[in-house]
Amino acid sequence: MSRSLPSSLTSGRRLPNMWDALATACVLAGIVALVHATPQTFQPIDSPNAIEVTLDPANLPEYALRTTMRMFAALFASLVFTFTVAPLAAKSRRASLILVPMLDILQSVPILGFLTFTTAFFMGLFPGKVAGLELAAIFAVFTSQAWNMAFSMYQSLTTLPADLVEATRAFRLTPWQRFWRLEVPYSMPGLVWNMMLSMSGGWFFVVASEAITLGDKSWTLPGIGSYVSVALDQRSMTGVWWAILAMFVVILAYDQLLFRPLVAWSAKFRMELTAGATAEDPWVLKLLRRTHVLSLIMDWLGELGRSVASLRLSVASSTGERHQRPASRLGDAVFYAAAAIAVGYSMWLIFDYVRSHDVGLADLGEAVLMGLITMVRVIVLIALAAVIWVPVGVWIGLRPEWARRVQVVAQFAAAFPANLFFPVFVILIVRFHGNSDIWLTPLMILGTQWYILFNVIAGASAFPGDLQEAAKNFQVRGFLWWRRVIFPGIFPYFVTGAITASGGSWNASIVAEVASWGDDKLQAHGLGAYIAQATTDGNFAKVVLGVAVMSAFVLGFNRVLWRPLYTYATRRLTL
Amino acid sequence: MDGQIDPTPLMQVSNIRQSYHKDSSADLLVLDDVNVTLKTGEMVALLGRSGSGKSTLLRIVAGLLKPTAGDVKWRGEDLDGPADGVAMVFQSFALFPWLTVQENVELGLEARGIAKEEREKRAEEAIDLIGLGGYESAYPKELSGGMRQRVGLARALVVHPDLLLMDEPFSALDVLTAETLRTDLIDLWMDKKLPIKSILMVTHNIEEAVLMCDRILVFSSNPGRVASELVVPFPHPRNRLDPAFRELVDSIYALMTRRTVKPAATVQSPAAEAGFAMSMQPISTNLLAGLIETLASPPYDGRADLPALAGGLQLEADELLPMGEALQTLHLADLADGDLILTDSGKQFALADTDGRKDIFAAALRAHVPLVAAIRRTLDERWNHRASSVRFLDELEDHMSPEYAEQTLRTAIAWGRYAELYSYDEEAAQFSLEDIEDAPAAQ
Repeated sequence: MSRSLPSSLTSGRRLPNMWDALATACVLAGIVALVHATPQTFQPIDSPNAIEVTLDPANLPEYALRTTMRMFAALFASLVFTFTVAPLAAKSRRASLILVPMLDILQSVPILGFLTFTTAFFMGLFPGKVAGLELAAIFAVFTSQAWNMAFSMYQSLTTLPADLVEATRAFRLTPWQRFWRLEVPYSMPGLVWNMMLSMSGGWFFVVASEAITLGDKSWTLPGIGSYVSVALDQRSMTGVWWAILAMFVVILAYDQLLFRPLVAWSAKFRMELTAGATAEDPWVLKLLRRTHVLSLIMDWLGELGRSVASLRLSVASSTGERHQRPASRLGDAVFYAAAAIAVGYSMWLIFDYVRSHDVGLADLGEAVLMGLITMVRVIVLIALAAVIWVPVGVWIGLRPEWARRVQVVAQFAAAFPANLFFPVFVILIVRFHGNSDIWLTPLMILGTQWYILFNVIAGASAFPGDLQEAAKNFQVRGFLWWRRVIFPGIFPYFVTGAITASGGSWNASIVAEVASWGDDKLQAHGLGAYIAQATTDGNFAKVVLGVAVMSAFVLGFNRVLWRPLYTYATRRLTL
Repeated sequence: MDGQIDPTPLMQVSNIRQSYHKDSSADLLVLDDVNVTLKTGEMVALLGRSGSGKSTLLRIVAGLLKPTAGDVKWRGEDLDGPADGVAMVFQSFALFPWLTVQENVELGLEARGIAKEEREKRAEEAIDLIGLGGYESAYPKELSGGMRQRVGLARALVVHPDLLLMDEPFSALDVLTAETLRTDLIDLWMDKKLPIKSILMVTHNIEEAVLMCDRILVFSSNPGRVASELVVPFPHPRNRLDPAFRELVDSIYALMTRRTVKPAATVQSPAAEAGFAMSMQPISTNLLAGLIETLASPPYDGRADLPALAGGLQLEADELLPMGEALQTLHLADLADGDLILTDSGKQFALADTDGRKDIFAAALRAHVPLVAAIRRTLDERWNHRASSVRFLDELEDHMSPEYAEQTLRTAIAWGRYAELYSYDEEAAQFSLEDIEDAPAAQ
């Protein structure tokens, strides 16, 4: 499997600068504005009891389908977002100043934290209608994908090979043609890989966003997620198993029909001209390529796409492209003024909100303390997962015949929404009266540990044969082998996996630190529980505070720990 | 010769067979009945074409690979896994990028649990000996290819091995760097400064073998066998321009171009008749055309001495020989007594224009490359004029290793495309007659 990086790693920006601060303010203000709108909009809504989710397994195919449709709607929205925002950020110096740090920060905001507000917001747009709920769920998934994808495309667009850019200019392609002929194909492998990684996370959010409780009201959208939540309320273990089975089928189909073919197909846009060792084509891709009728349809679609791509549409003036225009002073002035106003307004919004809801330093202190507890959990979990999965991954990765098979399973497991398995753990904890602070913790990494496993496998598979032989020849064994040979070799891969896993775990804490089984409520101490509790209480000020603190933790974690580690790993440890 | 060669064998390899296991058909032989004896104080070259199994033999000697059959005796005892006293230098250097020069060199000592002080002292010695002083704290990335291979050498020498194995140690280096390293190594060896008793090196460079070694074992390919054994009688330092040196190089060229009796010619299976037993090396048609043009023009005028041609084109024997063999396969030129001689159709090719050349090439392919002929015949017979490449690959794999089959198929694809005998769709892995002018109309 090709290794493309999650885009959060490759940004190369390490030290926060002024623009980071401005972007943070804007993002936070956006959340505040959303919350502001909530109390007004959510009064007139009747609890839409019209949507009844029953535990009859016969309804599951329909629920599964609706869940899947939400995923694809979100994916489509994310693609549209990516194709507009990424080129804008890449081509406009001014836009990039604000968009790039904004995307970077949005990637670190725990989406689950403000799920409730987006729900209320969208229901305000469509009072009493299902459309509002649907849009809210779709938006939740969208927010788990869009930033990541846009960032990845932005990365590709800013690293276009100079010779190809010159070639498109020499042949006088219009910006439209250049976009489709060079920029999109070049971004494709990275974009597809990031899209697939985000999709894997997306299943988690779609499941979580189908059953929303806000204050004393709760809404459900027909889907696998709401099915599970109903099963939890009714203490139906069979229901939980049915949901898991349905999800299994859905993920299997998604994995086979979409993930594998897309990733294999995108490999053809890789820049290396040498034919490397390529994995065998997935069966769906083979089918598409070999079957006569299907390939005719694909040809026709391809032809249509090509003719659209070669339209001589020119956006703005194509003549301006020939030479770099000097930056316009006036334009700069206007832009900076606008940015200053936006930031000023954001600051005021935040200040006003904090003042009117008297969120004091004591609250902040509590949230930070809770954040520290959750941070300890994340660190311990990543360390545990490393101790377990690194040796396993190395063992598998060095055996090619195993690696390929296990790799498929690990990627599948990463895509499977782990929250469906939470009930199983919760029941055990309730039955054996386990300590919630300890035993709810593993749930956070249930779904994300697989990122560590499959990255380590990829690293060990890519470990060069000659280095293995050299180690054998000089009889390097045991602990020395781990320390000097294999661990440095897989370290960059391990870091990649650990970053994804730790980001996912922070997010999962919001649903993992609180759990219920019928009337039994389990709660651990931590920032996730803090946010979840504040949401249930309808205390918006605390939710905003919790989300902001968690974003700060995630961001700080990335900047202080992961990115320096990753830079070190790529500088020193890559071959 | 040195005169101090100790008669007791250091390493004895007898009746080695190495085969590649395959489920569908008989096992494929990589090495067949190979016997090699290494004595103390000698430097021996394993010379052969790529794919002759010489690197496989080196790995067997190193204990990295267990032979399918046969005995490997190291200092009189059976070899079981990597042995103490055998160290290896790799073609790709195989340096650990995360370790400094010093740490790389110390690795083998560390594995033996030697104390830090002793380790540092010995590493220091080896680093100085090999001319790396001052680079101790550098990472391999910061070094040039030549310096990297020096690290590789120091790493092998520091464990004081009795036998030093070198796998094409200079082939990844540029000409000048390689020459410097060779002479440095010979000087150290002659001055007895190296803490080793014997050297076994794999190479495909004939001059390198004659320049450095006391004994040369020439390998034949498919399966790999020791075809002949030569003793190099010249004292060091050797002069490449010495007529006796040239003569020996010439005679090795002749040995390596000598036609071997192909076993396939005697086993007349139907598939062999269809040509699926002939493996081909992927040589670009541009190279072949260029070679024919060079041969046709002065000073060669249709006949060239291989070492001279190799020198003139700055190619190594290993690169030139497959090209000559490809021309021979196509009957565009002949290989004989270390010479390459253009045939009549080869001469015509040299004079023809682009289309004419394609026609000559197409005719040669259909007449002399049964695989290409079979592909075209299949396409002509099919109603839709399409055929999957997989079935040809499967048939090839019944007669050769998967790598060879893959390579042979790629050659057939490239040559057939150039000759406009068929087209090929890489994604669908399909041959077809699309855009082929003389193709019969579909259906």
